[in-house]
Amino acid sequence: MKEEHKKSIREISPIDVYKLLPRTNCAECGEANCMAFATKVVNGEAVIEGCPPILTKSYEKDLGKLQELLAPPVRVVYFGTGPDQQTIGGKHVLYRHEFTYQNPPPIAIDISDDMENEQITARINKIQDFSYTYIGRPLALDALAVRSVTQSPDRYKEIIQHICGLCNLPLILCSTDPAIIKAGLTVCAERKPLIFAITKENWKEMGELVLDFCCPVVVSAPGDLSLLRTLVRTLQEWGIEDMVLDPGTFHSDRIGQTIHLFTALRKAAIKDFDSLSGYPILGTPISVWNGQELSDDLNRWQEAYLASMLITRYADLLIMHSIEGWALLPQLIWRFGIYTDPRKPVSVDAGVRTFGNPDKNSPVLITSNYALTFFTVESDIKAAKIDCYLIVIDTGGLSVEAAVAGRYLTASKIAESLKEWKADTLVSHKYLIIPGLAARLSGETEEETGWRVLVGPRDSSGIGQMIREHWPPADE
Amino acid sequence: MSDQEKPDISSIIRLLGPGLAELLSGRQIELENVELELGELELWIPVGGISPSIYPAPVPGGTGQIAPQVQRLPRPDDLISEKFLMEPDIFPAQIREITLGATKSEGGTRGSTVTVGGSTSIPFVHPQTPPPHPPVISLDVFDTRVPMPKALKNHLTEVIDDPAAWAEMNVEQFGADMVTVHLLSTDPLIQNKSPREASKTVEEVLQAVDIPLIIGGCGDPKKDAETFTEIAEMAEGERLLLNSVTSDMADAKTLEPVCKAADRYGHCLLGFTGLDLNSAKELNRRIYQYFPPERLLMDLTTVALGYGLEYSFSIHERARIAALMGDKELQHPTISACTNAWSAREAWMDLGPAFGRNDLRGPLWETIGGLTLLLAGVDLFLMMHPLAVSTLRDVAGRLMQPGEVKPVMAEWAALKI
Repeated sequence: MKEEHKKSIREISPIDVYKLLPRTNCAECGEANCMAFATKVVNGEAVIEGCPPILTKSYEKDLGKLQELLAPPVRVVYFGTGPDQQTIGGKHVLYRHEFTYQNPPPIAIDISDDMENEQITARINKIQDFSYTYIGRPLALDALAVRSVTQSPDRYKEIIQHICGLCNLPLILCSTDPAIIKAGLTVCAERKPLIFAITKENWKEMGELVLDFCCPVVVSAPGDLSLLRTLVRTLQEWGIEDMVLDPGTFHSDRIGQTIHLFTALRKAAIKDFDSLSGYPILGTPISVWNGQELSDDLNRWQEAYLASMLITRYADLLIMHSIEGWALLPQLIWRFGIYTDPRKPVSVDAGVRTFGNPDKNSPVLITSNYALTFFTVESDIKAAKIDCYLIVIDTGGLSVEAAVAGRYLTASKIAESLKEWKADTLVSHKYLIIPGLAARLSGETEEETGWRVLVGPRDSSGIGQMIREHWPPADE
Repeated sequence: MSDQEKPDISSIIRLLGPGLAELLSGRQIELENVELELGELELWIPVGGISPSIYPAPVPGGTGQIAPQVQRLPRPDDLISEKFLMEPDIFPAQIREITLGATKSEGGTRGSTVTVGGSTSIPFVHPQTPPPHPPVISLDVFDTRVPMPKALKNHLTEVIDDPAAWAEMNVEQFGADMVTVHLLSTDPLIQNKSPREASKTVEEVLQAVDIPLIIGGCGDPKKDAETFTEIAEMAEGERLLLNSVTSDMADAKTLEPVCKAADRYGHCLLGFTGLDLNSAKELNRRIYQYFPPERLLMDLTTVALGYGLEYSFSIHERARIAALMGDKELQHPTISACTNAWSAREAWMDLGPAFGRNDLRGPLWETIGGLTLLLAGVDLFLMMHPLAVSTLRDVAGRLMQPGEVKPVMAEWAALKI
């Protein structure tokens, strides 16, 4: 399985990239010079296509070499079109601490063709409306997996048409029967759906469809990685390139096997540079719904924890059945978290934020610039409908508690920030509300700033109550 | 619902206890909204390279949409056979193996002991290298009332003021491998109970249950040192795990006496640091001066899902890989306080009908935190919710001994759900 050793992203130096750049220091990319741009590229902070000259004819060869040098061992595959297009795979490393994970796995929710059209409409509305605001951005669901349960090509075609009339979500067409897939493709091929799936039994017929319609395809060989490699090798020879691998998502007593299969496949791609394993992996937590459990909630429970384990262990795309918020929310949040840059806390800009219509008598609060802290405080102030000023202090992206302990949030830092953001021009009083978790700074802060300190609640959900009960402050 | 009525009920449900089993089987149990009193939203996050901006991670070398292949190659006549070879990774080093608790013949009074550590590989990556011991689950007991979401408090009403009875319930109803007695009443800022009173509580729990115990302090480096020293002597030979010793203790000059007392009376120690491997290694080096590494465990900090779980995950992966590669200062079994999941608002707050059922959302939050760190190699879990406990135990067992998989077809695609 071992092939010629290609450099992994962690072994590539900026010099390797720099050597292949135009080296004119034209700065068209926005960086000061080519070396700075090369450094950004190897850190995953810029893409090589961000260099305008290299895209011109005269650098064609170098661009090709750079793309080869930087190509991830797990190939990138796209499905869907337009703004909703999904990018999957493109993985460079096994462990998150080595290099930021790329391309968070889209979550596709299933629709089956035995549902009534009204039911389908309602389900799609629910999927499209599903949103949770986390660190200031909406977390949402990404795609639809349309399953053929009736085994009728006519019905399948009909529901694909119905779905296409309702939304632009990218589609995964799910059936191992080429006649069903063909019926679906005839009405939605231009949307570049992902086909599920090519198998040992149908590869000849299904392969023709994949090539005829130019769509990406899942290669399915649950529990048999040798067969999976066999199919991939054969399809590669046939000229099929955009593949996704289904090593099988087993659950309950076989869940260990699932983790082994996913891990083995990803290790082969990344450690051994095995080109037959170097494709995105499909996880199907929906597999738990095979009727063995007593209640729907127990199925949802299993599906939810299995999905989270697959997000951790290398799934690049997930198909799920549950649309209950309690089961999906942790997936969306975990997916967000594990795909963040391991080197940097997520932070927001320092400065003054205004809520409602504050006047000279309104409260002034402070908080840290750790994104999660800020957005939590922001949503609590909005929910409490308070008119006030919030001064966000640069704590290096640390939460209040960590910043106080690490001395990133100190009395002098607070004094400096009040001055920088001209707090004395915002209001005519001198009362400052500090977070409960920074309570121990209150004495020093009063000395350094000349402001009276009011200690706020430890959890910002208590801000509303505090303001109602203690503002304006009682006279001394 | 009893087991008799549903004899083929899955092992998960059997472990749940009656209330939760009914909940999951769709019967009526309405839990009230949880109280919004839980504090501690703020977390430790490591100091790293600092950049205020967030940008979507680009794909280096990504070439955008690739034009479809126009040239049609001939179809191969038959499948071209390939093999997949899965070799287990061989690491040069191993995690220390530590037994907690001691039976009569070993100098204690426990009916059973647990052993953690001993791993020679990243867990669950290869069927031939399972961890030598299943993860150990310790259930919490508090010696004083603490703010707790209703989803947790609900099944504790009978025992909440009686640590011994609470410990017994953890063992009998929820199958705890260990019990953690949190002596929060010793906190000088709360009740400031004396080490002697705390020691008496531990004594009662030792009599009530015969499994190994973890002793949790209040976090004050001076008071914990006094409390642990007192308890270490009282419970000589029991091989308790004292949770925890910190660099604050080193600063307060209480590290040495605690370590020496724990060593003299035959206990184990847990070193606690906040998401920073260098601090963890530094603390361990300080502890080694007074205490044998063979009885030291590490708590690298567990943060709730949504509040930095990924930092905990990555630090545990880094620590475990470094240890297996030979870093002696990190070759200690690790523990995770999964219960921290409940500090996440998403675990207990009413988020409206779209996210309903926080009676399941909360335990799922604890479960996912635990499973994530299980995959990263954590050996011992401090937990609270019975449903999270049963799921973690169940899944861990199946990860340890994965059943044979016969190649199949993906049946979900045509499944009637």
